[in-house]
Amino acid sequence: MAKLTIADLKKIKENYHANQALREGGFRVKITVHMGTCGIAAGARGIMNVVMEEMAKSNLKDVAVTTSGCAGLCSQEPMTTIELSGEPPVKYISLTEDKMRKIFAEHVIGGKPVADFALVVGHETTY
Amino acid sequence: MELDIVETTYRSNIMICAGTGCVANGSLKVKDALETELIKRNLHNEVKIVLTGCNGFCAKGPVIVVYPEDIFYQLVKPEDVPHLVEEHFIKGRPVEKFLYTPPTEKKTIPVMNEIPFFKHQVLRALRNRSLIDAEKMEEYIARDGYLAAAKALTEMTPEQIVNEVKKSGLRGRGGAGFLTGLKWELCARVQGDVKYILCNGDEGDPGAFMDRSVMEADPHSVLEGMIIAAKAINAHYGYIYVRAEYPLAVHRLQLAIDQAKENGLLGKDILGTGYDLDIEIYQGAGAFVCGEETALMASIEGKRGMPRPKPPFPAVKGLWMRPSVLNNVETFANVPPIILNGADWFASLGTEKSKGTKVFALSGALNNIGLVEVPMGTPLKTIIFDIGGGIKNNRKFKAVQMGGPSGGCIPNSLIDTPVDFENINKTGAIMGSGGMVVMDETTCMPAMAKFFLEFTEDESCGKCVPCRIGNKTLLTILTRITNGEGREGDLELLLNLSQQIKDTSLCGLGQTSPNPVLTTIKYFREEYEAHIKEHKCPARVCTPLVKFVVDPNKCKKCGQCFKACPAGALKWEKGQVAYIDPEKCTKCKSCIKACRFWSID
Repeated sequence: MAKLTIADLKKIKENYHANQALREGGFRVKITVHMGTCGIAAGARGIMNVVMEEMAKSNLKDVAVTTSGCAGLCSQEPMTTIELSGEPPVKYISLTEDKMRKIFAEHVIGGKPVADFALVVGHETTY
Repeated sequence: MELDIVETTYRSNIMICAGTGCVANGSLKVKDALETELIKRNLHNEVKIVLTGCNGFCAKGPVIVVYPEDIFYQLVKPEDVPHLVEEHFIKGRPVEKFLYTPPTEKKTIPVMNEIPFFKHQVLRALRNRSLIDAEKMEEYIARDGYLAAAKALTEMTPEQIVNEVKKSGLRGRGGAGFLTGLKWELCARVQGDVKYILCNGDEGDPGAFMDRSVMEADPHSVLEGMIIAAKAINAHYGYIYVRAEYPLAVHRLQLAIDQAKENGLLGKDILGTGYDLDIEIYQGAGAFVCGEETALMASIEGKRGMPRPKPPFPAVKGLWMRPSVLNNVETFANVPPIILNGADWFASLGTEKSKGTKVFALSGALNNIGLVEVPMGTPLKTIIFDIGGGIKNNRKFKAVQMGGPSGGCIPNSLIDTPVDFENINKTGAIMGSGGMVVMDETTCMPAMAKFFLEFTEDESCGKCVPCRIGNKTLLTILTRITNGEGREGDLELLLNLSQQIKDTSLCGLGQTSPNPVLTTIKYFREEYEAHIKEHKCPARVCTPLVKFVVDPNKCKKCGQCFKACPAGALKWEKGQVAYIDPEKCTKCKSCIKACRFWSID
């Protein structure tokens, strides 16, 4: 292993930023793949794989990916929720892997929701 | 050792605590179970497992923190892992069963930084706690690691480093609280071709584990601090003195030194700056006195670990009679952020004369035992009740012993004392290296003082008479008091002798060893008098002074003592006052521990 220079230190820091950001918080986007029994049966696993592939490909450092249980709309699974910080979350329904790729490109990277696949914008009311 | 320069992207990181406490509780088995389960569920490319150093909440180990959600899981066992993975990583819901519940409440708190134990803490020396893999240098670098060393080596003169550290107000975290920058300046001014930079990791106070945790969790921060200090005094060789009883700390430090050497962060021409520094670990055999600087240096030289008179001070004639600087582990860990963020940033926290933060090891009768870092000046009450979660089993707070065997106790009446060097000294205790042993009403103060004196008497190196014979005599007097054979005038004798030992001992060990005696007499004199004059131990700890008789006026007839007695000596029936059969009683005190009403005399 060659000896490190000061420039190398900065490079390592940058390359490791993704996992550190994961631990330190402060994300631009949070992607939630709904993986209840219904979601998994309808193919949520494939959706998750696409998200992880696209994450690696795009090398985005400010996106958190998480899973959650059934969103309550089992007939419309697979579903994901995408939340840009400071904006209301958008729920996408009846996803396929191709749709997910498009959503990733346009919403996660581009910041513009894909209206065609979206069910609703906003949170449910919780008490 | 290849560095992983490019990091794969994961959606989640599981930080498993691999500090000594959690490892002893089986955290490595939990890690193995997690690895197996993630592979089984095909999640190993999405979820990363990271072994970290001590999380701090040692009482709840094995401890796991999951990011990005910042969920804190406690007391996780290997057999729980499949359930945890299914619920959290597949279904995405925190598992209630392993969440933390505050002692006085019913609702769980899933998010780590909302738990009171963590909420009141400010992490500086422990800045990488639960955030990096202690065995991976890349992760340390990712959190600005070695940038401060780079700055010190390329942009700063030794004088500038000294001035920055002096201006920050950083004081030695080993106990005495000497200004770190001043220590460096004294050594930097001394002419000499060979100088040494030394790190004191000989943490020996019973109940203290701050430095161990830093060495285990963030070894590179210690190395980086040493590089900066070395440049300030122009040293090219250093030792880290660690006790051999800290095998994990030794292992991680050695790993860190090897990684740093291989990648040009130690050794010749650090980071291409032309500066050379080699660091070596020296394992100590665990003598308490070797934490004293001159004894530590004698030990490294291969001699018997005994202190010598000062002056000459180590800054002038230290290791091998060469100018040397010795700082504590936590002090070094504090240095890199000062260089990176500036002295004003560091001094923005703390009190007038004590800047920054301090790490404390909380132990004893508390609900939340563990390692905490708080700003200087935080009241004792906040540390014990908000962070520590108050006293276990609904008992009453009695006193806190600060500074280990060299320190003293602080009673309930002084619970609002802000914790900094000056205010703690005023109470008769010392800041020390950060041990805080909390005691409840079941602690007998003369017996506590005796416990610490047993320790110092045992650890005294024997070189000077006041410490060798004086402490032995203190212990003899304390032993007879706790045996019920105390004599009239014993208290005055204790006070007089203590003062003489303090005034005439050669090193810090003897100069501080009477502190537990002095402070317990100062704040709990009536307890000593009860032992001597009434032959009573109010806390029912000193067995020779306990009668093992139930007081019918106080007995609530609850039968708890009956249930606790392992010898069948207790007679009790519902609605009846209990009775202890002296023939069968083994004086084990199980009944006394079980009785909530102090009705057994």
